[in-house]
Amino acid sequence: MKYSPQDFKSDQEVKWCPGCGDYSILAAVQRALPEICETLGYVREQFVFVSGIGCASRFPYYMNTYGFHGIHGRAAAIATGVKVANLSLTVWQISGDGDALAIGGNHFIHAIRRNIDINILVHNNQIYGLTKGQYSPTSKLGKVTKTSPYGTIEHPFNPGELVLGARGTFFARSIDVDPKLTAEIMIASAKHDGTSVTEILQNCVIFNDGAHAAITQKAVRDDRTIVLRHGEPMIFGLNRDKGLVLDGLQLKVVRIGEKGVTEKDLLVHNAQEPNPGVHMMLVNMQPPDFPVALGVVRAVSDKTYDDNIRDQVLRVQAVAAIKNVDDLLHSGATWEIA
Amino acid sequence: MPHKIQDVKDITIRFSGDSGDGMQLTGALFTDVAAAAGNDFSTFPDFPAEIRAPQDTVSGVSGFQVRIGSQDIRTPGDLCDVLVAMNPAALRANARWAKPTATIILNADSFEERSIKRAGFTTDDPVKELHIDDRTIIFAPVTTLTKESLKDCGLDTKTIIRSKNMFALGICFFLFNRSLQPTFAYFERKFARRPELIAANKKALQDGFNYAGNIHAIQNTYQVGAAKQAKGVYRNINGNQATAWGFIAAAEKSGRPLFCGSYPITPATGILEELALRKDLGVKTLQCEDEIAGVCTAIGAAYAGNLAITTTSGPGLSLKSEALGLAVMTELPLVVVDVQRSGPSTGIPTKTEQSDLNLALYGRNGECPMMVMAARSPSHCFEAAFWAAKLAMEHMMPVMLLSEGFLGNGSEPWRIPRMRDYPAIVPPLVPADDPSYSPFVRDAERLARRWALPGTPGLMHRVGGLEKDSRGCVSNDPDVHERMIGERAAKVERVADYIPLLKVIGAQDGDVLVVGWGGTFGHLYTAVRQLQASKKSIGLAHFDYLNPLPKNTAEVFRRFKNILVCELNSGQFASFLRDKHQAFFYHQLNKIQGQPFRTADVVDAIRKLL
Repeated sequence: MKYSPQDFKSDQEVKWCPGCGDYSILAAVQRALPEICETLGYVREQFVFVSGIGCASRFPYYMNTYGFHGIHGRAAAIATGVKVANLSLTVWQISGDGDALAIGGNHFIHAIRRNIDINILVHNNQIYGLTKGQYSPTSKLGKVTKTSPYGTIEHPFNPGELVLGARGTFFARSIDVDPKLTAEIMIASAKHDGTSVTEILQNCVIFNDGAHAAITQKAVRDDRTIVLRHGEPMIFGLNRDKGLVLDGLQLKVVRIGEKGVTEKDLLVHNAQEPNPGVHMMLVNMQPPDFPVALGVVRAVSDKTYDDNIRDQVLRVQAVAAIKNVDDLLHSGATWEIA
Repeated sequence: MPHKIQDVKDITIRFSGDSGDGMQLTGALFTDVAAAAGNDFSTFPDFPAEIRAPQDTVSGVSGFQVRIGSQDIRTPGDLCDVLVAMNPAALRANARWAKPTATIILNADSFEERSIKRAGFTTDDPVKELHIDDRTIIFAPVTTLTKESLKDCGLDTKTIIRSKNMFALGICFFLFNRSLQPTFAYFERKFARRPELIAANKKALQDGFNYAGNIHAIQNTYQVGAAKQAKGVYRNINGNQATAWGFIAAAEKSGRPLFCGSYPITPATGILEELALRKDLGVKTLQCEDEIAGVCTAIGAAYAGNLAITTTSGPGLSLKSEALGLAVMTELPLVVVDVQRSGPSTGIPTKTEQSDLNLALYGRNGECPMMVMAARSPSHCFEAAFWAAKLAMEHMMPVMLLSEGFLGNGSEPWRIPRMRDYPAIVPPLVPADDPSYSPFVRDAERLARRWALPGTPGLMHRVGGLEKDSRGCVSNDPDVHERMIGERAAKVERVADYIPLLKVIGAQDGDVLVVGWGGTFGHLYTAVRQLQASKKSIGLAHFDYLNPLPKNTAEVFRRFKNILVCELNSGQFASFLRDKHQAFFYHQLNKIQGQPFRTADVVDAIRKLL
């Protein structure tokens, strides 16, 4: 079956604010799905989009697939249930930073720990939008919002750090203004067996406009971000003249051509390295000293929850004496009254 | 002096000791032997929340009461005829449950100064201090005798001392003229790979039995004949196991795979544990990170087409409230089992109660009615779970099934049913590419929407917690909202057409109608039966379906002069009845002690109305 992005658009009117970063994320996902179907052999009715509560969580209504708009924070749990119930479905979770990391933080880390094959998109705009502008667990320290009129006094989560800490097998990062990169990552996350988490730095035009501008603006983007690709050297910059090296146990930005540095000296990205050490440093890179890491930071293979549940049932059933409920009811000690 | 064998129709024994003394196992083995001898029985494990509370303290006492009989047994008995107390703390905690005529067997070795003090006695004579010195007291040095019995068995002292419960069980078997063979067979199964443990346990049991025969302290032993029971194959079953099996039966009948999302909580955990064993029947269990994930994974699984259930107890039900609203709103089949325990908050986790009824009926935001059912006995949990699942799937809605700690842990003999005698379960699945499918369009009879499973071509749709119109589109329209609230409520009410009418046991009209629900059935039934001999007409109406109520409820109530609503809370069902059937006056009998009713309490309350 060959699809076009149009096939994944529902008949519902999209109701996000004009200029919201969610539009381009939606477009990127709709652009990626035809290719995902073609590469992995899915048909449209196998897709289930599950969300929690928040602006981002309206996403399933706009997708012409099966969809479940849940309650606040519980998308990962609902998505897990959908997947376990029918392993042939491809399950996508859409959450904002509040939904995934505050009220839903527990489900988020445990889905990752289980490595169940669901694809989680975290739209990170560092603010609560649908409740009109309170700080979120990713808001920067000191951020002034309606509930932090004197600035927040809380340290934010870095979603990537949380994913790696929960033994995540896949973490990627994108920006709303680069739908091409987002689509590329969607395809990679669909191919990944196990929980994939993609953080998308997303702009809220109303309550946190420009939160990511220092990274995402066209003029500075090439110098302040680095797109990681497995097997390729870590090069970035408008002139592609900067790179990352390991200096002792620390990452360091170097200039190619200066002090005898050549492309060969640069770190080559290995997303498949099980040891999360370098991945942890990469997800933590921040301007002004470092570019923000985009692309697939980590994609390692490990047993998935879905494989395990399937294997365990088959293993037990192969040698089982109990084949149906009548067998079950008569198992163990019984006695007869004649 | 040869002892006299006394035929009894009905006798209650209570085993008690430290939580590490193995009293639950001792009670269970005693029950198995009674079952093998054809007795009817009912058990009541009564244990503390602590796994191993400090030794010899009252808070660490674990009890197991079992009533056996050659007649119909419906309760584990109010007071016991035989009490086994393995230490002073056990005696202190349980003496109040012993009849004035009771035989009390004490482990004399544990009645030394330190343990007596730790149990809170102020003198060195606990028996006298408790004013039970007129009972038949058998001081048996169980620990010393077990050590002596097993000194050559090659086991370490700790293991030997641990076998003292089998020595005590041997004494009881003598007292009840029991064969030791069924228990020997149990040891052989249980310790198949540890022959030394088989030999040691057999010896401890046999020596306990012989000891009791030799000491001449026992003048009467008891003989309990086989009960007249219907023909068939029987087994012993507890409520949690029966609940789990009822769902597996519903999965088989419906062809829908069974999924259970749950989080361990006393006293409901047994259901999850039982289901986790059943990979052979394809059951999927997910032990979640919390209660909320338990219900939410189940909702996800229901959306994807599984028979989805979640199991919990009171505090967990509180946590699930918001998600239950989602299940009501999305109109998905789901069964929530609440094995109730004493609340509020953490309450008394291992003790029984019926105090979650209000939460089950009303505990959700918005106008959010749910069907509520209750199980009446351990084996009835099978029926209740089966019907909860059937109604949930066929009517496309969440169903709350109330069980109780008393049922979940309690056990009774059960005549094993045949699956071919159970009805089919036919969920309203939508065939692929059905052009008429619309998410919230209902059938005219049940008012149920249809179940379109992800993966099916041509039925793609979205559901969620936001109010929607019948096409499944989000709607803030005031008229749509009011209409949808009405439809969801009407759908629950409509179930009344599909559930059995209320039956009255005993007198069909007259002086007093005893009304109950849930696990109090055995006590209420026994009380009503006891009073049948009186000239008054007394009936029992026990509700398995609480919301909606059976259609003939008012008609039944009208036939009696007095209605007495008995429940283990402060009157939650009585309040519900007052709301639903205002024409009647409801007397109440309530108990909130973390303990089941005593039959005598119920008899007294009925007598007061005569």
